[in-house]
Amino acid sequence: MSAVAAPSAKRIAWLRRRRAAAAAWSDFRHDRAGMIGLVILILFVAMALAAPLIVPESELRAINALDNPVWASPSEFSPMGTDSLGRSVWAQFVWGARISLLVGLAATVMAMLIGTVVGVAAGFYGGRVGGVLMRITEWFLVIPFLPLAIALAAVLGPSLTNIIFVIGITSWPSTARLVRAQVLTLKERLYVDRSRALGASDAHLMGRHIMPNISGLILANTTLTVPIAILSETTLSFLGLGDPTSTSWGKMLEDSFQQGALTEQAWWYYVPPGLGVLFVVLAFTLVGHALEGILDPRLRNAPTE
Amino acid sequence: MSPRYVIGKLGGSLATLLFVVVFNFFLFRIVATDPVANLFRGRNLTESQRDELVHEFGLDGSLLHQFWAYVQQTASLNLGRSYSTNETVVSEILDAAPATIWLVGVSTILSAVIGVALGIAAGWRRRSKTDYAATTFTMTTYSMPDFWLGMLLLSLFAVTLGWFPVGGLQDPTSTATGPALWADQAYHMFLPALTLTLAYLGEYTLVMRSSLLDTMREDFLVLARAKGLRDVVVRNRHAVPNALLPVVTLAAINFGFVLSGAIAVEAIFSWPGLGLATYDAINGPDLPMLQGLFLVFSASVIVFNLLADLLYAWLDPRVREA
Repeated sequence: MSAVAAPSAKRIAWLRRRRAAAAAWSDFRHDRAGMIGLVILILFVAMALAAPLIVPESELRAINALDNPVWASPSEFSPMGTDSLGRSVWAQFVWGARISLLVGLAATVMAMLIGTVVGVAAGFYGGRVGGVLMRITEWFLVIPFLPLAIALAAVLGPSLTNIIFVIGITSWPSTARLVRAQVLTLKERLYVDRSRALGASDAHLMGRHIMPNISGLILANTTLTVPIAILSETTLSFLGLGDPTSTSWGKMLEDSFQQGALTEQAWWYYVPPGLGVLFVVLAFTLVGHALEGILDPRLRNAPTE
Repeated sequence: MSPRYVIGKLGGSLATLLFVVVFNFFLFRIVATDPVANLFRGRNLTESQRDELVHEFGLDGSLLHQFWAYVQQTASLNLGRSYSTNETVVSEILDAAPATIWLVGVSTILSAVIGVALGIAAGWRRRSKTDYAATTFTMTTYSMPDFWLGMLLLSLFAVTLGWFPVGGLQDPTSTATGPALWADQAYHMFLPALTLTLAYLGEYTLVMRSSLLDTMREDFLVLARAKGLRDVVVRNRHAVPNALLPVVTLAAINFGFVLSGAIAVEAIFSWPGLGLATYDAINGPDLPMLQGLFLVFSASVIVFNLLADLLYAWLDPRVREA
């Protein structure tokens, strides 16, 4: 036996993964658009997390805004003016970031879980199981998203969990298709055959050989699904299907429309939440495209574009 | 196109449609455990009033019984009555459909045409200023909620500048008919159509651009250049027609979304189409109306998806043979 113990297989795998992550990060750092997106994201996430430190939650309630002027412009009531109830728009904007990001992220996690499970199962098992799963996936792809989400949300009633559920349950099919296609090519690889010949179970094959190889793809896809989920939350909340008790950017747009901010020319009420959505969605999309270019095996070796 | 291909696609679409019908039933019957209570949220109802409503909405009897009644009614295009107006859902939908078809139809065509032109300009001179401008514009409009864009345009051009009406289909006080009425309606449609055109534009630009970039790698373009053809001829006669294929499919699929395409935008501009009907039905809540709208929206998407598939197979021999 040599004096220096050979690194264990686990440690080799861990080192290899760390090296891959470092390489991906160094690629990402050279993607200017991706880095701009990342910086914007960090700013908004920091604002959402630090909301209680920036402005107290009590300012969201109309009962605490009785002394404030109504429809005050930003110059009369800094920094963003007030709505028709005298509530500070700035407070709503900061706290709205929390709900919008929370709904977007939670719905995406749900969509990714369903999409990955369905995609891996359909790709790995093929045959009848895969056929049925893909039928269901295609059906969800064909059904127009917004009417389905509206129908579901209207039936389930407005609440934060319901809106997360509705967006999650309607956003997974494209992920499932993407994952399935990747799994189909992976499971034909020699090392999978070899592992199977050595007696590996399906669970082992999926856990050790398939999943690690699609995790990059899923990460990139996650980053591209969050913006869609945030836009969906905005639209559904605007239509009155969001949680009436929590302030999101979509809820702000609904309130501003219902309170007549357009005819009041109270631009300070509806411009900030829309800009918030615009920046966050843009940032996620930029980061997602950068990650996709680095992590998606089909794009990595392809000629640019 | 082999008959087998057509029949296969047709069968698939029919199956999907059937699935929608079944899903529609279960969604509104089982998930909404008590539609009557849902409908009268917070309002007091006596027991006899309740029973009467339950009967009226066909909610008594076994589930199987209800399902059979529902299938029969749907097949005979009886979608029930709207809770809020007591008109039949079918007549409400038929009344509202033309306004939506006009608005979204015009916007779809405009955005497809402008989007294709932009996509060609951007893709043909890749990494040029035009390309960067087009992709930046596309990314920005893609990233904003379409109805928010509508709010901005409305506040600027209708409220502040007063150039356009703030909403509606036509001037309610006017008695104009014929061309004068059409002109008034076109004037009212301008802002919502502009909103939707800007909102849809990006998708066509992106698809056309990337399709053109793919085509530009093909051998026949090298040959066309080698023959000494001018740049414009290579682009317009050889590259663009081949690159248009995905755009045609995208447009066909998007036409299916015409009916459901503008729910929030119609609400902003009080445009009396299916979108505004959906918005009102949500805030009712008017479940039979929502159920009917969902069915119509889904059916139109399914039909146009089928048409897109057939069109694609007809245009692209590679798909036809496969």
